[in-house]
Amino acid sequence: MQAKKRYLILFSTGACLILLFCLGGIQVPLSRRGPGRPHDRRLSGYGPGARWRHLSGYLQPFSSWEQDRSDDLTEHISPRQKRDANSGLYTGKRCRMESCFDFSLCERNGFKVYVYPQQKGEKLSESYQNILSSIEGSRFYTSDPGQACLFVLSLDTLDRDQLSPQYVHNLKAKIQNLPLWNGGKNHIIFNLYSGTWPDYTEDLGFDIGLAMLAKASISTENFRPDFDVSIPLFSKDHPRTGGEKGYLKYNTIPPYRKYMLVFKGKRYLTGIGSDTRNALYHIHNSEDVVLLTTCKHGKDWQKHKDARCDKDNAEYDKYDYREMLYNSTFCLVPRGRRLGSFRFLEALQAACVPVMLSNGWELPFSEIIDWNRAAVIGDERLLLQIPSTVRSIHQDKILSLRQQTQLLWEAYFNSVEKIVLTTLEIIQDRVLLHTSRSNLMWNSLPGGLFTLPQYSTSLRDFPFYYAKLGIKPPSKFTAIIHVVTPLVSQSQPVMKLLVAVAKSQYCAQVIVLWNCEKPLPAKHRWPATSVPVTVIEGESKVISSRFLPYNTIPTDAVFSLDEDTVLSTTEVDFAFTVWQSFPDRIVGYPARSHFWDSNKERWGYTSKWTNDYSMVLTGAAIYHKYYHYLYTTYFPASLKIMVDQMSNCEDILMNFLVSLVTKLPPIKVTQKKQYKETMMGQSSRASRWADPDHFAQRQTCMNKFANWFGTMPLIHSQMRLDPVLFKDQVSILRKKYREIERL
Amino acid sequence: MYTSGKYSSRGPALIPRMKTKHRIYYITLFSVVLLGLIATGMFQFWPHSIESTADWTLDKRSVHDAPLIRLPVSSPIPERGDLSCRMHTCFDVYRCGYNPKNRIKVYIYPLQRFVDELGVPISSTGLSREYNDLLSAISDSDFYTDDVTRACLFIPSIDVLNQNSLRIRETAQALAMLPRWDKGMNHLLFNMLPGGPPDYNTALDVPRDRALLAGGGFSTWTYRQGYDVSIPVYSPLSADVDLPERQPGPRRYFILSSQTAIHREYRAELERLKEENGEALLLLDKCSNLSQGAASARKRCYKGQVYDYPQILQARWFWEAYFSSMKAIGLTTLQIINDRIYPYAARTYEQWNNPPVVKWSSVNSPLFLPLIPPRAPGFTAVVLTYDRVESLFRVITEISKVPSLAKLLVVWNNQNKSPPEETLWPKISVPLKVVRTKENKLSNRFFPYDEIETEAVLAIDDDIIMLTSDELQFGYEVWREFPDRLVGYPGRLHLWDHEMGKWKYESEWTNEVSMVLTGAAFYHKYFNYLYTYKMPGDIKNWVDAHMNCEDIAMNFLVANITGKAPIKVTPRKKFKCPECTAIDGLSLDQTHMVERSECINKFASVFGTMPLKVVEHRADPVLYKDDFPEKLKSFPNIGSL
Repeated sequence: MQAKKRYLILFSTGACLILLFCLGGIQVPLSRRGPGRPHDRRLSGYGPGARWRHLSGYLQPFSSWEQDRSDDLTEHISPRQKRDANSGLYTGKRCRMESCFDFSLCERNGFKVYVYPQQKGEKLSESYQNILSSIEGSRFYTSDPGQACLFVLSLDTLDRDQLSPQYVHNLKAKIQNLPLWNGGKNHIIFNLYSGTWPDYTEDLGFDIGLAMLAKASISTENFRPDFDVSIPLFSKDHPRTGGEKGYLKYNTIPPYRKYMLVFKGKRYLTGIGSDTRNALYHIHNSEDVVLLTTCKHGKDWQKHKDARCDKDNAEYDKYDYREMLYNSTFCLVPRGRRLGSFRFLEALQAACVPVMLSNGWELPFSEIIDWNRAAVIGDERLLLQIPSTVRSIHQDKILSLRQQTQLLWEAYFNSVEKIVLTTLEIIQDRVLLHTSRSNLMWNSLPGGLFTLPQYSTSLRDFPFYYAKLGIKPPSKFTAIIHVVTPLVSQSQPVMKLLVAVAKSQYCAQVIVLWNCEKPLPAKHRWPATSVPVTVIEGESKVISSRFLPYNTIPTDAVFSLDEDTVLSTTEVDFAFTVWQSFPDRIVGYPARSHFWDSNKERWGYTSKWTNDYSMVLTGAAIYHKYYHYLYTTYFPASLKIMVDQMSNCEDILMNFLVSLVTKLPPIKVTQKKQYKETMMGQSSRASRWADPDHFAQRQTCMNKFANWFGTMPLIHSQMRLDPVLFKDQVSILRKKYREIERL
Repeated sequence: MYTSGKYSSRGPALIPRMKTKHRIYYITLFSVVLLGLIATGMFQFWPHSIESTADWTLDKRSVHDAPLIRLPVSSPIPERGDLSCRMHTCFDVYRCGYNPKNRIKVYIYPLQRFVDELGVPISSTGLSREYNDLLSAISDSDFYTDDVTRACLFIPSIDVLNQNSLRIRETAQALAMLPRWDKGMNHLLFNMLPGGPPDYNTALDVPRDRALLAGGGFSTWTYRQGYDVSIPVYSPLSADVDLPERQPGPRRYFILSSQTAIHREYRAELERLKEENGEALLLLDKCSNLSQGAASARKRCYKGQVYDYPQILQARWFWEAYFSSMKAIGLTTLQIINDRIYPYAARTYEQWNNPPVVKWSSVNSPLFLPLIPPRAPGFTAVVLTYDRVESLFRVITEISKVPSLAKLLVVWNNQNKSPPEETLWPKISVPLKVVRTKENKLSNRFFPYDEIETEAVLAIDDDIIMLTSDELQFGYEVWREFPDRLVGYPGRLHLWDHEMGKWKYESEWTNEVSMVLTGAAFYHKYFNYLYTYKMPGDIKNWVDAHMNCEDIAMNFLVANITGKAPIKVTPRKKFKCPECTAIDGLSLDQTHMVERSECINKFASVFGTMPLKVVEHRADPVLYKDDFPEKLKSFPNIGSL
């Protein structure tokens, strides 16, 4: 026992020593860490590395109600006075909409843009010409400066590089002489290049006053948030309108392409922007990471050339840029001399996910575009991590990044017109703040240019977001019957049509649009129906009035009908149930097709029986009410006037519009081809379809529209949708839409 | 010793029958030894946290025990704060580095009490309750590290939430004294009430070098885009208030103003609006008739009528997610900074903004771009087979006539038998590949084989010989128009059985379709990947175990992720037993139907919802059954039996 005790004592003493040593071990290094500091001993237990713990004890709140309360209001300077006093301070580099923009100019006439008349002898670059004509062709344009909210110079400010041949001299004096300049207030100045060798400053070389800048390669330091607009750098060959489609054709699985990451471009041996491109060779592996640079640019490149140049140049010539672009998953977009480079739009179009390596670049349209969905934002300082970063990105993410590049390219970048309109829409969103677009509207299909928030600020009211919001498409429609002939008999087709449509279980209301020269018939002459029938007189009786977004349309779905359309209730019901599956498209009966007539080198229009179609005419079609608003608002007056004067082609224009928005064909339902009395031989005198010129006009329309759009948006479909048991060999009694087969 | 006392309480249970005198001795001894061993172990194997064992007792300490630091008058003051600071100029990204989790590490300085040379504290409140809550929340989060050398972001324990309680110059000196201050690089300060009379600056006036500021009340002139974080001003009053559930129906007030201390200029304007709009507007102010104190802070009045504040406001999801507590505000701030440092792993707009209700019901198709892929690459037919060689060869011969067939892949699911010799196979003009599987599993048909090089896959059973070349080609054309859907031939329906209170499978001639069988269906290869790697729950194993319902599972999967119905193409045919892949000869047998119904119920419970969508249409060629010369039709041979 004694011996045991002794051992135990010995053991415990040893343990105690170890323990003491441990505790001491903490303090020793601590006091070593900062020998000069007087408070070190007190730090024991609080030294760097100590874990933060919730502290107990009575703690005061950070702000007390009494403190808040004791504020004496009368002492405060009036907010209005304060604002006025500050207005002089927040100009120039500190400009914001509140301090440098006159909102009152926009309140009177809405968001209208004035372009200064071109002065004699003033040369404009092709790009600037395109910018101006895009504005002049848009619905924002006004020729009256008194109506304008925004002013655009007709002096070319795009290239402010003094060494450039496009550089406009004496800009300062020219601008100061403009009578409407007003210190630059409510002006927007477009610029692609500023500064020159060697420091490439972002100064434009003249005083822009209170004007906003829409500028490429703008840095976050110089960018005035919510005031300037960062635009992409585009080349002089960038199309004015229409624009090329994105290159993505397939979503192959797995989504990897031949190369992981590529770049091909100039290397700057010295000066600004040279660091990043000079370092690229570190991560080049000539297998799936192929980053090629050339020293061969500029006159005296050989003077500066370094040891790597010859090898790099040789390697550079071995690869084809296009081939790399199309076959790479990621494309490096390093800064050039300036922050932005052409590589950015090239990668975007090629569906090669851009990997940004341009610290401090305020990305194009950053105010509205969520670039994390379409690009990888790298850091120049972490170049060596780029390969592992891109390799760590999940397949699903690549698939979605890639599709988003295409969405953005076609929504905002593929033509000068889109870039300009996006710029204007961004500013409009700031001006009409309470009806600005949401992030979802800008970053999902069909994009902000086709989603007009003036229609509604609720996503539910648009045909594009049902799935995203997890809600069902509407369950009722409103029929709009377009009437142009007077009411003479009760057996007129329009009477039968009205009754048939009103009987549909999905019909909420029938609106008769009276576009006939004769006065409105008496109420009792219309048949009695279970749903309300409203008769409205068309505005100036023009054909476009059938697409006006009438407030009296109570539903989101519109069934558009011609007066001589022949449809049964079953057909109406079936078409509507199909539309519910495709609420963003035109769904209907009369299908037509377009084709390229290579002999005449123009678009052709055909109503013949073909194996495909690209239009569904609005004489018997259902679509979302929003397209009424879009039709009325999106097109400039000139286009609508053309349609009204011919009293023709409004349906073609509607098809162009919807296909442009959805990038999809319309949907034809069931077999029905003949849907008009006229085609069955009982031609009504006034029918425009009986006119032989009518068809020729439609050919012309196709080409005029295609020209205005700058592209042919129509897309062919080879299928139609029939009821599930259509003409199947099963008892007709089992069929829900049996009437359709009897026709 | 305090700790030994703690252990001794367990003593009697451990050593029950010892003499009291010895017991105490041994227990003390034992605990000392144990403690010593633990300490040694920690010192040996856990070098970083050795300090934390020491300050473990800090828990028991109060704020007043924090060490006192005396600031010399001449102590350096940081620079005022650079308005041009951005992440790429003022933030040291190397500290954050490459990180597989893409999460920043945040270090919190231990608490110290700073006083000037006269012993006057730099702050009148010291550590506030809110700042203590904030730091505690961060230290409990995944962002936290106690290893200063691994930290990417540093948070001082100097409370600057309210500028009014600070001595500006001394606070700045205290900041500069922090061991890792380094010009404020990667330091984050939280401030909610900036400025002071008379000009009430909108950002903290404490000079702070390059430190990031999470500030309440920024103006666009003081906020550094992409660098600072704009945070809400937390109200200590809201700490223990339960907001009422929102009542259904329209809200009572259209506009509510509960801000007190509004300048009379604005107040006058509000009163004018109130006159114009009447009841819809409720303008609250402080109550003049109530006594001072905390209770009065929770009241607002309008013309003598008293309202509970903040109950009068109504609960919102955003409030709860990001604003309701110091913890929510603090962690949201860190997540925002985290998103900037790892932008490629940033949370999406939807993740930030969609309330769970929307997240649950909404769909975002992975193939969201409206692409109509070109016809040229064609499709790959994948035939799953076991041993019906004769039938298989007939299927191969039939499919090979389809113009857009690019490749044929036979999935040989029989491990006991080798596929026939190469010479015996039908000679076809496209490549034919045979894949032998390791196990006889149904899910093998949906594996994303590398051999499938096209986007479009035609899944087809080895006994489907009744489909014509026109029908298959047409199916492919329809798939091109709907590449994100299942496009198939035999259609099926799910129904709600009211009597049984569960889902029922229906294969009769119905007017509706919600599924297409994958015995003959086109779909995107992406869904193979999804089926193999992302199928929710145990569905995949369940299907393999039951040797049934792989097609129903595929329909659920596609409908769930796209929110869209499948497309049935062409008229109904007398399929030779399309559903007997599992149970030969029992095609329409009752047990089979019961099992299929069970599958639907099982899958619906795994998915937590019924994703299938019912439609009443099918796709036919534009000129189907039209009175038009057959030879001019693209797909004349449709629907023949």
